[in-house]
Amino acid sequence: MSTKSNILFGIYCPPHPQPLLAPELNQGYGNLRSAYDTLKTRIEESGADIILVYSTTWPSIVGHQIQAHPEPEWTHVDDDFHFLGSMPYKFKIDSDFSNEYMEAAKKRGLHSRTVAYDGFPIDTGSIVALSLLNPDNKIPACIISSNMYSNRSETIVLGKAANDALSTQGKKAVVVVVASLSNRMFTEHINPSEDRIHSPKDDEWNRKILEFFKDGRLEDLSQLSRDIHGQIRIQKVAAYKPVWWMAATMGQHNNYDGEILAYEALHGSGGAIIQLTPSDGSVGDKEFDEDDVEYYQGDRNVLGQGAL
Amino acid sequence: MEKGRIVLGCLAPHPPHLVYAENPEQNEPFSEGGWETLRWGYNKLARKLKNIDYDVMVIFTPHWATYIGTHFLGLPKFNSLSVDPIFPNIFRYKYDLTVDVELAEAMEKSASDSGIITKMMRNPDFRIDYGTITSCHMLNPDWDKPIVTISSNRNAHYYSGEVMNEQATALGEACLKAIEESGKKVVLVSSHSLSHRHFVTESPLPEDMSREHIYNHSQYVWDMKMVGMMRDGKMREVVDIMPEYTEQTIAETEAGGLTWMMAAMNFPQYPAEIYGYQSVIGTGNAIVAWDPNSETREIVL
Repeated sequence: MSTKSNILFGIYCPPHPQPLLAPELNQGYGNLRSAYDTLKTRIEESGADIILVYSTTWPSIVGHQIQAHPEPEWTHVDDDFHFLGSMPYKFKIDSDFSNEYMEAAKKRGLHSRTVAYDGFPIDTGSIVALSLLNPDNKIPACIISSNMYSNRSETIVLGKAANDALSTQGKKAVVVVVASLSNRMFTEHINPSEDRIHSPKDDEWNRKILEFFKDGRLEDLSQLSRDIHGQIRIQKVAAYKPVWWMAATMGQHNNYDGEILAYEALHGSGGAIIQLTPSDGSVGDKEFDEDDVEYYQGDRNVLGQGAL
Repeated sequence: MEKGRIVLGCLAPHPPHLVYAENPEQNEPFSEGGWETLRWGYNKLARKLKNIDYDVMVIFTPHWATYIGTHFLGLPKFNSLSVDPIFPNIFRYKYDLTVDVELAEAMEKSASDSGIITKMMRNPDFRIDYGTITSCHMLNPDWDKPIVTISSNRNAHYYSGEVMNEQATALGEACLKAIEESGKKVVLVSSHSLSHRHFVTESPLPEDMSREHIYNHSQYVWDMKMVGMMRDGKMREVVDIMPEYTEQTIAETEAGGLTWMMAAMNFPQYPAEIYGYQSVIGTGNAIVAWDPNSETREIVL
């Protein structure tokens, strides 16, 4: 277990556009917006060199894609919530770091590549996070995709590679993980003023997860990731990966001060804004029973072994 | 007014590699070709379409994924740049397309009246998905017909493949009703691959055909089973086994497009026209057409 960290603090926040486009429609959306605003100030005052964004709404297939366009610019519209309005953006990306991260990922056995194309469709989650947390581009950012087929070992290694790149460049980062807690939305249009978590079960799981976050038990959450995926995640991808990446990037331990700035419903899904700051204290004494992976070996070819 | 009708249904896969390989002027990257089995099949089907009298192409796309109901394009013109989020190195396409808003609204109303959650998409900044662009470009490179794009509601993720089948069937029936009332002659397009497991690495030259093959034999066997049933005109049976097929092969049929199209065409019991089957970055892709006119229906392959 390492406590050395290039991370000043970590943020977990939801991908939905309501806090950006329509905070006035529901008090909860407004609470989320206030939490973003609070964190915006804390990031500005943190002395961070870079904001590192891992977004679950940017799926990749060919390895792990990393945004490297120095000034990506477009006007984005969400597939579901297009009626809430458009999201014009222009971000400042640390291309030098993006390339470093790609090389660090390759050194750990991952297939990785940067993307730097005019008009590349940056995802809703990344746009919401960067627009609200870093609206004036005071700090350069880097955005990392979430490979739809990757599982634990690959994601853990991807997180470690982020730390490698930060160490190589001597940069201090604020990491931002863009993901819902429970991600089951209502499948019909609702009156935003009547928004709520989709079910009591989702709400209870979310609140249990928030207890872990509040206690700074990030590595414990990482170990619980498969359970979380089975209980409150729509099975769109192979696994619930954001806490794997976050824990690996932030040091794989439970030594954090956790703060829940907001927890609200976003069209039925669980939207929480959380800050985790590295500290000296530790909570929990779980026996971690999954391998700690340093290098990604690729598929094990289980199907091919023993075949006639 | 004469009753509207569906004049052709097309299973039209949308790997952007096919547009890349064609080197149209709208796409910025340059290729040395590749995936000819699919491209030549598409070329033949496009020639058939040139000889069919139709007013509009209605396309159901997995790459406009919506979780809150089914959405329809609701503005008459869209022009912009489409950059593939997965394969931006091969697909950066400038599009300029026309939408038949009247038919889109009629289908949306018909679907809504039948209890389906719907929404018209009227944001002018909305970017058209690359599935729509790839399938429509390969079927009609001249872009001289209006289109309607229907989003794919992800029932399979939220519920099950069986629920997906039921809701896509209801949507297909609702769209058929609107088409008949419109008096228009319509080509339906279900835009997707069959088996859909990708390789997670890409060769330095994407069109290097020495590297292209199906992801695994299981996917191939399942795909051939489906193609065989299509050839035999057993589309009700195809839809019946769709949930298991989709689960076994991670098939892109999960989005509901093929079920939607078959329901709108009343589950054809005549042989489909097979135009080609080939893998693209490991996925299985078939180009297939259903021609209700027995006089023009062909045995292509």
